[in-house]
Amino acid sequence: METATKTENIEQMKYTTEKNISGAEIMIRSLIQEGVDYMFGYIGGAIMPVYDALYDYQDELKHFMSRHEQGAMHSAQAYARISKKVGVCFTTSGPGATNVITGLADAYLDSTPLVVITGQIGSGLLGTDAFQETNIVGVSMPVTKWNYQITKADEIAEIVAKAFYIARSGRPGPVLIDITKDAQILKADYDYKKCEGIRSYQSMPKLNKAEIEAAAALINGAKKPLLLAGQGVLLSGAESELMEFVEKTQVPVACTLLGLSAFPTDHPLYVGMLGMHGNYAPNMNTNDCDVLISVGMRFDDRVTGDTSKYARQAKIIHIDIDRSEHNKNIIVDVPVLADAKDALKALNKVVFGKYRTVWMKSFKDYYQIEFDKVIKKQTYAKSDQINMAEVIRILSEQTKGEAVLCTDVGQHQMTSARYYGFKRPNTQITSGGLGTMGFGLPAAIGAQVGDRNATVVSVSGDGGFQMTLQELAVIKQYHLPVKAVLLNNSFLGMVRQWQDLFFDKRFSNTQLENPDFVKIVEGYGIQAKRVSSRDDLEVAIHEMLDSAEAYFLEVVVETESNVLPMIAPGAAVSDMRLE
Amino acid sequence: MKEYTITIFSENDIGLLNEVTIVFSRRKINIESLTVSESEVKGVSRYTIVAFVADNRIENVVRQLEKIIGVFKALYFEADQIVHQEVALFKIANSTKLNGNLENLVRTRNAKILSVNPDFLVIEKVGYKADNQELFNELEQYGVLQFARSGRVAVSCQKREFTSYLKELTN
Repeated sequence: METATKTENIEQMKYTTEKNISGAEIMIRSLIQEGVDYMFGYIGGAIMPVYDALYDYQDELKHFMSRHEQGAMHSAQAYARISKKVGVCFTTSGPGATNVITGLADAYLDSTPLVVITGQIGSGLLGTDAFQETNIVGVSMPVTKWNYQITKADEIAEIVAKAFYIARSGRPGPVLIDITKDAQILKADYDYKKCEGIRSYQSMPKLNKAEIEAAAALINGAKKPLLLAGQGVLLSGAESELMEFVEKTQVPVACTLLGLSAFPTDHPLYVGMLGMHGNYAPNMNTNDCDVLISVGMRFDDRVTGDTSKYARQAKIIHIDIDRSEHNKNIIVDVPVLADAKDALKALNKVVFGKYRTVWMKSFKDYYQIEFDKVIKKQTYAKSDQINMAEVIRILSEQTKGEAVLCTDVGQHQMTSARYYGFKRPNTQITSGGLGTMGFGLPAAIGAQVGDRNATVVSVSGDGGFQMTLQELAVIKQYHLPVKAVLLNNSFLGMVRQWQDLFFDKRFSNTQLENPDFVKIVEGYGIQAKRVSSRDDLEVAIHEMLDSAEAYFLEVVVETESNVLPMIAPGAAVSDMRLE
Repeated sequence: MKEYTITIFSENDIGLLNEVTIVFSRRKINIESLTVSESEVKGVSRYTIVAFVADNRIENVVRQLEKIIGVFKALYFEADQIVHQEVALFKIANSTKLNGNLENLVRTRNAKILSVNPDFLVIEKVGYKADNQELFNELEQYGVLQFARSGRVAVSCQKREFTSYLKELTN
């Protein structure tokens, strides 16, 4: 045992100090020190020295070469979310760097820890409009938690350590490091020290006893409480603390879009998803509850609808690690500045409650209304064409709610969120805050890399799929058994739905003349199938899930179906429409 | 909308000023004046920003400023919670027009003549923005070649000082 530790220590030492090595090698060794094992990226001129150094470390650091930097970013995001590590991405300068902006913005809004390293032209040329020079530090500033330009090799180790610390601590987020080519080439002494803290950044707030007591008093006195679980629960790994809280207090739980999978959907106290296309019961009862307990969520406008008509009757408790979220969108009664896990742990010592029969019945009644008017009609559709909801229902049944679902943005995303029965934490990976079309497929790549044993299914629409379909080549090249489902309605479905409901059915630019997707995917060397008849659907999904390799399934679905229920933009949560 | 004076304490790092101004510009808040220089703590910069912000948004703005990595503390004040001044420099053409009138004006306005050259002289005044503006109006008859003002610098009346916040952060 002792010998093993000794060997490990020597092995460690190999990476932490060495005299006079190139900046590029310092970069690679620093990443290994931070525990990076998989990463994504796209090679190019200004990052070539780093890729050259990577060549000697292929056993320790496996790199997945994307086909577009945006793809690499979404893969890194999904990898981070599933592995609970920091996602890492390399790109070159100029266009390589600007192509990461969408991913950064997405990760920033959805609190995903990333370290993105962009190459930069030599420091002597900075500011001269040199070939492939972009001021990426300036460009990325509004969409990163922190960024920094390295111009000297001896800065690298310290800055990488700081970047990882910032990305993963507190409310996680993306960090960008821009590194000039000369800093990669020149040599310096390497001495790696992990970052333990930054004096101007309080990553983990100390739990305030008075806040916990005030929250507990409200919870223990509540007659009609409702808990809103956001992604903060998943980010802090507080799923079991949330379960304990719910069992102790018997408070019903609703999830935000990104909070899905933080709480099992088959639990008797689970009452559905919040927001614009969420479930009827939790939205209606938001405006009827007496105590609203929000955990790790940020009252996004897609959750609140009209804020002036949002939970006015309720006392609101808001547990969040980011102080700037308190009273930002909704004025709350008890802000609790804390990591979700810490706050729930503290609360679990003092909270109690009994099953509230009448209150719970109101959720069941609303669910029954939603089931009769929407769910039944869509998940067991009788229309000529297949409904998206049927596909997701069957997918959920056949995977027993245990697959990792990577969704794109639009109708299929909302349908997946509504009808997939998530049972395990971190099994839904989607673009929530930014709503990035094209997210799903590259995300599935990252998710599969993060969990080789999981069944990873991407669900896309025909619009979003065409934004990043080049990443199919990555699936093929690295033999990733990703299952890609395309719900093809030959429309930008969600935009068409808005045109239908709010733009007088003027379908401007939403109808798509699509390519033969099966042929395209086959061109990438991936097995592909199209299904358009309900009778073939179950078998087709089974066949896809049964395949040991990557598989693409296009399902031709109803062209003009709407996702319901819906809170119209600017309406109150309790004005949710069922038809 | 109300006039607020926002004080920020930050590291003296490249790019932080940019991060700070982004918080204002993304909310379409104009910065009326901005000064940045080293504070009472070595290596820590102090920003004094004057801006008109909606009452119900100022707290959000300040929290978002404080969220920037590199910012230690951001505080906001109304006029009665601070003591503030700005420095104004006036460059006036040196001519016979001035005679003794200028000296009299400078004295009554609590300003001072900072520099005298054959071609021009420079007057300095420390005061509120309105006072400096008033002096400018009065000097215009002599021909003001340049008028430069520093923007507001302010110290707060609150008891808790920055060093106490810093201690809490570094503990």
